[in-house]
Amino acid sequence: MLELKDICWSTPQGREVLSGISLSIRESGLIVMTGPNGGGKTTLAKIIAGIEKPDSGRILLDGEDITGLSVTERARRGISYAFQQPVRFKGLTVRDLLCLASGRELSETEICALLSKVGLCARDYEDRDVDASLSGGEIKRIEIATVLARGSRISIFDEPEAGIDLWSFSGLIEAFEEIRKSRRGIEIIISHQERILSVADRIIVIEDGRVKEDGGRDAVLSHLLSLSRCPSCPSRREEA
Amino acid sequence: MNADTAEILKIVSDWKDSFCGAYSIRENGKGIERRSTEHVHIEPKKDRPGLDITVDDGTKGETMYIPACVTHGGVDDLVYNDFHIGDGVDVTIVAGCGVHTENGESARHNGIHRFFIGNGSRVRYEEKHIGLGGNGRRSIDPVTEVILGHDSVMEMDSVQIRGVTSTHRTTRATVGDGSSFIVHERILTALDERAVTDFVVDMNGTGSSVDLVSRSVARDESHQSFHSVIRGNARCTGHSECDAIITEKGTVSATPQLDANDIDASLIHEAAIGRIAGEQLLKLCTLGLTEEEAEERIIQGFLR
Repeated sequence: MLELKDICWSTPQGREVLSGISLSIRESGLIVMTGPNGGGKTTLAKIIAGIEKPDSGRILLDGEDITGLSVTERARRGISYAFQQPVRFKGLTVRDLLCLASGRELSETEICALLSKVGLCARDYEDRDVDASLSGGEIKRIEIATVLARGSRISIFDEPEAGIDLWSFSGLIEAFEEIRKSRRGIEIIISHQERILSVADRIIVIEDGRVKEDGGRDAVLSHLLSLSRCPSCPSRREEA
Repeated sequence: MNADTAEILKIVSDWKDSFCGAYSIRENGKGIERRSTEHVHIEPKKDRPGLDITVDDGTKGETMYIPACVTHGGVDDLVYNDFHIGDGVDVTIVAGCGVHTENGESARHNGIHRFFIGNGSRVRYEEKHIGLGGNGRRSIDPVTEVILGHDSVMEMDSVQIRGVTSTHRTTRATVGDGSSFIVHERILTALDERAVTDFVVDMNGTGSSVDLVSRSVARDESHQSFHSVIRGNARCTGHSECDAIITEKGTVSATPQLDANDIDASLIHEAAIGRIAGEQLLKLCTLGLTEEEAEERIIQGFLR
């Protein structure tokens, strides 16, 4: 179980981004965090993964206070994070990255299974360097595959749809639907996409550094749609 | 052969207590074992230390091994090996070198390798260098000269694995019509080691090409210097790429030079030098590696 208690975070310039966020995630399932750009979703995800440290507040994993733990220690306790803008490496292949992610050598069949989940053919990709030769959509899908390879209890995907073309997008939705069906652990997806929202078990709306709404998919989604505007529409923030 | 030679051979030339194919093993300045095959002839030079290696026309699929080992201090080994490669050949040449010192005395290997490659041939040349042992300067100063006929390919894959106190690597190539010279070089230096690498390639043939990729990692207080001159003297394409990672107080200097001496010469150079990107370390930490493990893994991949 993951618990966030009164998390606050400001930029080094002093702009408050998270203003006391408290959340409790008890059950496995697919949680979508949505809300306007700049509302604090990515910061919150990075704070869970340990990439950013909160100014105040506590993070508990199964009752253990992990607030002071490093990225590595949290990863080893079962937290995974798929970057919004995946990192490129000269000299590491797709296979290398997937093996590092899973913590062991993977067989051909296992690599193939992982890559096919994100719509890539192992034969074409496993030996390719994860460098500038891959397109934005390709590297994004490989990033998602590295998180799937870890099989973590808590997996965080930061805007998995960003930079993915329309064709890949359908595959992505299928991948998340499959994740949802298999219910291995807690999957947290940051997204603005209605189609991703529609496969969620729970939707959390983060706005102006606070939890604006939190509930089951149907209730939150119907409310969001009744506002008849995109939850990420910047005009809402201005009005607010 | 002594135990240090056997250890070096395992590292630099895939030695598994024997070689399959033609070979010559050099230990502390002397040839200790040598074998020719039906189409690969290895003969000692008469006028100076070294070998003449002749590969018959049409020889395909053979691998030959020409490693050199220096296993103690006080040795300054100089060897001239000439490779005469016929037409329509497709072979691999493995020529590693290891220098081992223990007692504080210096040791050096200086291998001057010349390749005369015929027409329509393909040669893969693998060169691994390592320094082992304790005290004592270990130097490896290879000189590689390549003359490519027409429609041939020379692929040079060279690695300095570790432990070489000082190296000056000189490569000269002349590329004929429709031929290609491909170089993939990786150098690791640490402590106070020094590495200088110096390429001059003349593309004289119409439709010739060169692709030179050099990757280096300079750790601790080591220094590396990369210098390349690519001359396009005909319709040709040249590409060079110099990427370096520096850690601690390591330093790297790169001076690529491109000379376009023909209106149809197309030449490109890319260079990037810097520390390991923080986000690369971070990504591997999110996969459960410590920062130190992440750095090792990134360097290992970079130099592969």
